[in-house]
Amino acid sequence: MTGSRKLLIFGGMTLAAFGMLYGLQYALFVEHQALDHMSGSLAQSFTAAARRNLGQSQVSLEQYGETKYDYVRQVDAHSHWIGLAMLMIVLGVIFERMNFSEGIRQLVAFSLLVGSALFPLAVILQTYHHGASVLKALAMVGSGLVIAALAAAAWGFARPRTMT
Amino acid sequence: MPAIPRPFPDTASFAPANSVPGCAPDFAPMSARRLYIFGGIALIAAGLLFGDIFAVFILHQNAARQGEALIAASHAVAAGNAAAVNEAFSHLGNLLEDRGTKVDAHVHMIAAGYLALLLALVQPYIALSRQTKKSMASLFIAGGVLLPVGIFLIHYVGLAGSPFSAIGWASVLADSAGALLIVVLIVQAWGFWKYVRSRQLSEPELPGEDSMPRRALLTGGTILVLLGFLHGAYYAGTLLYEHERMETAILQRLINAATAGNLDAATTEVNNFGALAGARAVNIAAHSHIIEFGLLAMLLSFVQPFVFLSEKWKRRWVKLLLGGSVILPVFVLLELRLGLLAGGIADIGGLMVIVGLVGMLVGILRYSGGLDVTENDVAEADAAEGAR
Repeated sequence: MTGSRKLLIFGGMTLAAFGMLYGLQYALFVEHQALDHMSGSLAQSFTAAARRNLGQSQVSLEQYGETKYDYVRQVDAHSHWIGLAMLMIVLGVIFERMNFSEGIRQLVAFSLLVGSALFPLAVILQTYHHGASVLKALAMVGSGLVIAALAAAAWGFARPRTMT
Repeated sequence: MPAIPRPFPDTASFAPANSVPGCAPDFAPMSARRLYIFGGIALIAAGLLFGDIFAVFILHQNAARQGEALIAASHAVAAGNAAAVNEAFSHLGNLLEDRGTKVDAHVHMIAAGYLALLLALVQPYIALSRQTKKSMASLFIAGGVLLPVGIFLIHYVGLAGSPFSAIGWASVLADSAGALLIVVLIVQAWGFWKYVRSRQLSEPELPGEDSMPRRALLTGGTILVLLGFLHGAYYAGTLLYEHERMETAILQRLINAATAGNLDAATTEVNNFGALAGARAVNIAAHSHIIEFGLLAMLLSFVQPFVFLSEKWKRRWVKLLLGGSVILPVFVLLELRLGLLAGGIADIGGLMVIVGLVGMLVGILRYSGGLDVTENDVAEADAAEGAR
C-alpha cells in the first residue's frame, strides 16, 4: 500500500471517529440545551413583545440569533468532518487509479487531509469568535484545499492510464 | 433479468468443505464483507425511501403548520396575550422537533449505510480474525438500524419515564447506537493498524475490473461530489451570512408589526420568513444530496463485480441511478421557481435512485462468491472433492 493511500485511509478513519466522538459529546452535553435555549429565546422575544417590553424582546431575539448561529455551525462541522472522512477513505481505496506520480498523489492526499480537518475546525472556531475574518479565511482555505484536491483527483481519474 | 455466465460454477466443488455451497469464505452469506454490503445498501435504500415519503407527505404540510403557528403567535402579540404566545411557540417547537427528528433519521440511516459500504471496501486491510470481523459487522449494522430508529422515536417518546431533565429514552437509544458505531470504527482502525505493521491482507482485495458501469459510477460520482462542493462554497460565500441576517431582521419586523397591531404586515413577514426558510432548505438539500449521491456512486463502483447481472442490466441500473442523482438536487433547487412541480420531479429522481439501488441489491443477492475464490480455495476444494 502506497503512502498516499495510507494517508487517506488512516487519516479518513481517524477523522470519521473524531467527527463522531465530537457529535456524540455535542449531542450528550450541548445540543438539547442549545435547542431549548434557541426556542426559549424566540418564544421569550414574542412574549416580551406581547407585554410591550420591546427592549427585552430585542435582547431575546439577539440571543436567538446567536444561539442559532452557533448551533448551525456545530452541526455543520460534525457532518462535514464525517462526510469528508468518508470521501477520503473512498478515494484511498482507488487512489492507485489516479494517473499521477506517487509524489503528486501524496500532495493531493495531504491537501485533502489538511483541508478536511481545517475547514470544519475553522467553522467551529467561528462559534467562539462570531464573524472573525481570520476564521472565515481559514474555512475558505480549508474548503479550497478540498476542492482543489478533488478537482485534481477527477483529472487524474480521467487521464488515460499509462501505468498498469 | 437474464442471467450471465458465472466466472466459476455455482456448486460446492469450488468452496472449502466447511463453507456454504457456492460461496467463497470471504463473501459467504454471513461474512463481514457481505454483511456490510447487504446492510449498507439496504440502509441507504431504506433511508432514501423514508426521505421520499417524508418529502411527499410531511415536509410541506409541516412547513405550512409552522407558518400558521407563527401567525398565531403574532396575533397573540398584537392582543397582548403572553400565555397565547407561549402556547403558539410550544406548538411550533413540537412541529420543529417532528420535522427535525425525521430529517435526522433519514440522514443518519443513509450515512450509516455509506459507512457500512466503506467498511466493506477496507475489510482486506483489517487484520482481525474472521469471527471478530463478522461480530463487528453485525454490531455495526445493528447500530446503523437502531440509531435512526432512536432518533425517529425522540418526537413520540419525549421525556416519558426518563430520569434526565432534557434527554428521553429514545435519545438514550440513539446515543447508545452512535457509541456502538464509534466502538466498531475504533476496532476497525486498530485492525488497520495491525495490517500496516504486518502487511498481510486478511482476505482478497476487490477485483480491479475496468467495466463501463464501474467507470461511469466512479467518474460520475467524482463529478457530482465536485459540483456539490462548488455549490456549497458558493452558498457559504454569497448567501449563508445574508440569510442569517435576513432571518433576525424578518423576525424583528414581524414583532414590530404585531406590536403595532398591523396583522396584515405581520402575516406578510411570516410569509417572508417561510420563503427564506424554503430558500435555505433547498440550497442545503441540493448541496447535501448531490454530494451524497456522488459518494454513493463512487462506493457502488467498487461493488459492481459483485452485482451478478448481465452488462446490459448493470448499465441500466447505473444510468437510472446517475440520472436520479442529477434530477433530485437540480429540481430541489428549482423548487423556488417552479414550486411543487419541481418538488414532484425531485421525488421521482429520488425514486430512480432507490430503484437503481434495489436493482443492484438484487444482483448482489444473486452473486455466488466466485470472484472471491482464491487459488488456494480452488486447490483445497479440488483436494476435498478428490478425497470424496
